[in-house]
Amino acid sequence: MTLRYARRYAPLVTMPITVPAYGKEAAGRLASMADVTADDGALRRFLHGLPGVDAVGLQARAATLGTRSIKTTAKAYAIDLAISMIDLTTLEGADTPGKVRALCAKGVSPDPTDRTAPKVAAICVYPDMVATAKEALNGSGIHVASVATAFPAGRAALPVKLADTRDAVAAGADEIDMVIDRGAFLSGRYMSVFEEIKKVKEACARPDGSAAHLKVIFETGELQTYDNVRRVSWLAMLAGADFIKTSTGKVAVNATPPVTLLMLEAVRDFHAATGVQVGVKPAGGIRTTKDAIKYLVMVNETLGEPWLTADWFRFGASSLLNDLLMQRQKLSTGRYSGPDYVTVD
Amino acid sequence: MTFDYAPAPESRSVVDIAPSYGLFIDGEFAPASDGKVFKTVSPSSEEVLSEVAQAGSDDVDRAVKAARKAFEKWSALPGAERAKYLFRIARIIQERSRELAVLESLDNGKPICESRDADLPLVAAHFFYYAGWADKLDHAGYGPNPRPLGVAGQVIPWNFPLLMLAWKIAPALATGNTVVLKPAETTPLSALFFADICRQAGLPKGVVNIITGDGSTGASLVAHPDVNKVAFTGSTEVGKAIARTVAGTDKKVTLELGGKAANIVFDDAPIDQAVEGIVNGIFFNQGHVCCAGSRLLVQESVQDELLDALKRRMATLRVGDPLDKNTDIGAINSAEQLARITALVEAGEAEGAERWAPACELPSAGYWFAPTLFTGVTQAHRIAREEIFGPVLSVLTFRTPEEAVEKANNTPYGLSAGIWTEKGSRMLWMANKLRAGVIWSNTFNKFDPASPFGGYKESGSGREGGRHGLEAYLNV
Amino acid sequence: MSDRLSVLKTYKLYVGGKFPRSESGRVYEVTDAKGNWLANAPLSSRKDARDAVVAARKAFGGWSGATAYNRGQVLYRVAEMLEGRRDQFVSEVADAEGLSKSKAAAQVDAAIDRWVWYAGWSDKVAQIAGSANPVAGPYFNLSAPEPTGVVAVLAPQESSFLGLVSVIAPAVVTGNTAVVVTSEGAPLPALSLAEVLATSDVPGGVVNILSGRTAELAPPLAAHQDVNAIDLAGADAELAKSLETAAADNLKRVLRPGRVDWTADPGTDRLLAFLETKTVWHPMGV
Repeated sequence: MTLRYARRYAPLVTMPITVPAYGKEAAGRLASMADVTADDGALRRFLHGLPGVDAVGLQARAATLGTRSIKTTAKAYAIDLAISMIDLTTLEGADTPGKVRALCAKGVSPDPTDRTAPKVAAICVYPDMVATAKEALNGSGIHVASVATAFPAGRAALPVKLADTRDAVAAGADEIDMVIDRGAFLSGRYMSVFEEIKKVKEACARPDGSAAHLKVIFETGELQTYDNVRRVSWLAMLAGADFIKTSTGKVAVNATPPVTLLMLEAVRDFHAATGVQVGVKPAGGIRTTKDAIKYLVMVNETLGEPWLTADWFRFGASSLLNDLLMQRQKLSTGRYSGPDYVTVD
Repeated sequence: MTFDYAPAPESRSVVDIAPSYGLFIDGEFAPASDGKVFKTVSPSSEEVLSEVAQAGSDDVDRAVKAARKAFEKWSALPGAERAKYLFRIARIIQERSRELAVLESLDNGKPICESRDADLPLVAAHFFYYAGWADKLDHAGYGPNPRPLGVAGQVIPWNFPLLMLAWKIAPALATGNTVVLKPAETTPLSALFFADICRQAGLPKGVVNIITGDGSTGASLVAHPDVNKVAFTGSTEVGKAIARTVAGTDKKVTLELGGKAANIVFDDAPIDQAVEGIVNGIFFNQGHVCCAGSRLLVQESVQDELLDALKRRMATLRVGDPLDKNTDIGAINSAEQLARITALVEAGEAEGAERWAPACELPSAGYWFAPTLFTGVTQAHRIAREEIFGPVLSVLTFRTPEEAVEKANNTPYGLSAGIWTEKGSRMLWMANKLRAGVIWSNTFNKFDPASPFGGYKESGSGREGGRHGLEAYLNV
Repeated sequence: MSDRLSVLKTYKLYVGGKFPRSESGRVYEVTDAKGNWLANAPLSSRKDARDAVVAARKAFGGWSGATAYNRGQVLYRVAEMLEGRRDQFVSEVADAEGLSKSKAAAQVDAAIDRWVWYAGWSDKVAQIAGSANPVAGPYFNLSAPEPTGVVAVLAPQESSFLGLVSVIAPAVVTGNTAVVVTSEGAPLPALSLAEVLATSDVPGGVVNILSGRTAELAPPLAAHQDVNAIDLAGADAELAKSLETAAADNLKRVLRPGRVDWTADPGTDRLLAFLETKTVWHPMGV
């Protein structure tokens, strides 16, 4: 938390009644920060006034948290928690209804040999697969998440992106994973990015007054610097993001512990300043139980208990689930499992 | 359900501590000539770990004689051969690092994550670094064919027992000196294990001699007339006594002493990393660090935010069993040190500073102190001037860079300082003005064998590490 | 040749760029090697020593903060000024040390050359004493020498001018400031050197020169808590031991006395003796 925003919004700091980013009250909290998003200049000054990030120090902190040793009961807890936080994902050109249905079945019952294994949080698909997934998951409580806004590059006109979003919501998507316009961000057109997120959020609304939850993907591998990641995190949260998400999984560098830690810190600071709770989703490249547990440790020691639920932390992953299941089997049986004892999807 | 980390104890069984140890003189373990012994205890449990010999002046004399005898051949060895012995030692340390890390945490009380990830890697690296110098001394910038001094008497502290041993022995041996080393009274074990490493490495007898004992053993080693070089790391008070002892002799002396480092945070600092740096600066190794950032100087305009963030972070520190892999802060090294910390903290309160510590359950046995910070501290408070050598941070404020420099330098010490700012020109200006031997900018408590370490003013003289560290052991 | 009565010089101390008499009002008789009276020199007191330390401390910030190029030019200027007053110093050294004119001239020439030698070191010493350190991590790490601070210099007793210059120049060229106690028996070349320093752009207080009894002036300097280092060149073994003991109170850097051939190549030992190594770490990352 820094002076520049914390002190200006001191009244909020002293009455931090937490409200969820997707709740009705959040809009009022964000309205209290309206002056920093009033125009391009104000937004730029605010984002550039955020404290800098020392890359080496951030990486060192993430690495140190990665040395926590999570054993026995803590490991069992972490594995089940991680499974319950997975957005089980298929985002391939070759996706078919059959493939999506298989993934949904896996999400509902990850370990056919052990019904105590928790189900995943969501199935994440392209918009045209939302209806299929929705049907397959009917009654399971598992959400359908859809990428949108010309995923993964985000290179389409705004009306197309909004149509993409509305289409997915209409098809039953519970959550929308939008990508930001990295080109606009990198060229300094922050207000353009801000407005786009706001408009997509509006497009998430359903006729009944409810709305799909909005995850905003930064593609941090393309933003490159940690300073950019902190700025874009604040920008997205100010625009109304319910979740901030690292990556599409489609570029060379996806979620990393330091980037995720930095986003967790931004969420922590945003919460301290506004009382609004925002979720975090690292995506791409998280394949092992060991990695997943490192992320949970980061959440635990940065944001704490309130974020240790699928409502506020997700893993965007596909192969991670099987490794978690094998580790889970190891814990319950005492012997190492193998890939033949978990299902391929 | 909460995410409570289950105990993750490192295995105690990887280290086999003998019930008693003699003095390691001339390649053999032998009891003290008068048979005296003392116990070394684990500060986290008060369990007696072993009984070690208390070297008297006769034993010191025997050790110095052994080192003198070994010096002739050792110093005449080609540098490349000495190098190979040091490389062997470095490798064996790496091989045995898990065992040594556990031993260090048992005897010293420091958390296993630190002995494993900081102490031991640095110990091995130090031997590697100086091994490479042994056959390159002609190129070290001290003229052609610089010569060793002879017998080095080395006295080391309890805060980094094996690392301080490495800092002393590696450059001494690389340059062709032989050594008599006395580890601290409360942490003798890793040095005695090092004696076994010397045996495994085939190091010639007498090149390294380890004598255990208390302050009187150290004093008689320093005063021994046939010691050519004295190297000491420890308190400024003892350092001054040593400086008096060697006055008027030909003994070369290097001293690494106390500190009261300022860790200076400007309003444009990378706040999250600054908080980590502050925590690392004062709570690393329970604050038993001569270069600890024990005075936080924070620009008044960010004081509130920084302290909020710091307290929030301190609340996540895990204090407890040093052998648990998730412990951040271990045990205070001794009852005596705990008493000193407690006394200074009480003085801080009595002088009007405001004490804060996170809720923190401390084990019932052993010596413990919760991570603590004091706000409302002024330059006049004892806790702003005296080295506490514990997990206690004094917070002071400043308004301008000039004031920060003035306050930072307003101490008889001058070992280290920290600067946190994103502005490069200000960082360099500050680094230039601060009177301290090590300046950490946007980082803190970083060590490397290639990087010279040592203080200005009453923090000592001479440098350890790097090319500079050779000078202390050469006739230059 | 003529009956004209020469004008004698009143020798004074050199403190803070000024030429005071000793605050004690005392003087002592200085003779040549044969015992003939040369002059009365100020017999400095402990208070003069204290004042000189204050002056040296005051000058330290500016002098150590000056560019190395500037300090080198100032030292070279000293050589230039000395060259112009060479004859005066030859005659003073000859008187002081009982040397022939030619031998004294050799001493003075060597002393002038010594200023030139050290002048050139000002902007090079950091390059031989510093280092870029390849640490095992993403850090920029640089070690550079810095001046220790205020150095008390006990000038050699036997070499009144070459020895004197050989201990002052290396201390101050790196940015230290000095309180110099002259050769007790032969203080006049040193007191005359002060006049050269005063006209050579050396800032006041950078070099302070006290004549008097070494055994009287050295102990307060060795014990002074605001003195950072002491060069014992002019102390005998017994005095040196007690001074080193006193110096331990604030852990002064001590350069012990030894047999020195002042005419020999001085090397870098004295230059490096009053330097501290400062190592700066900074992360490298984007």
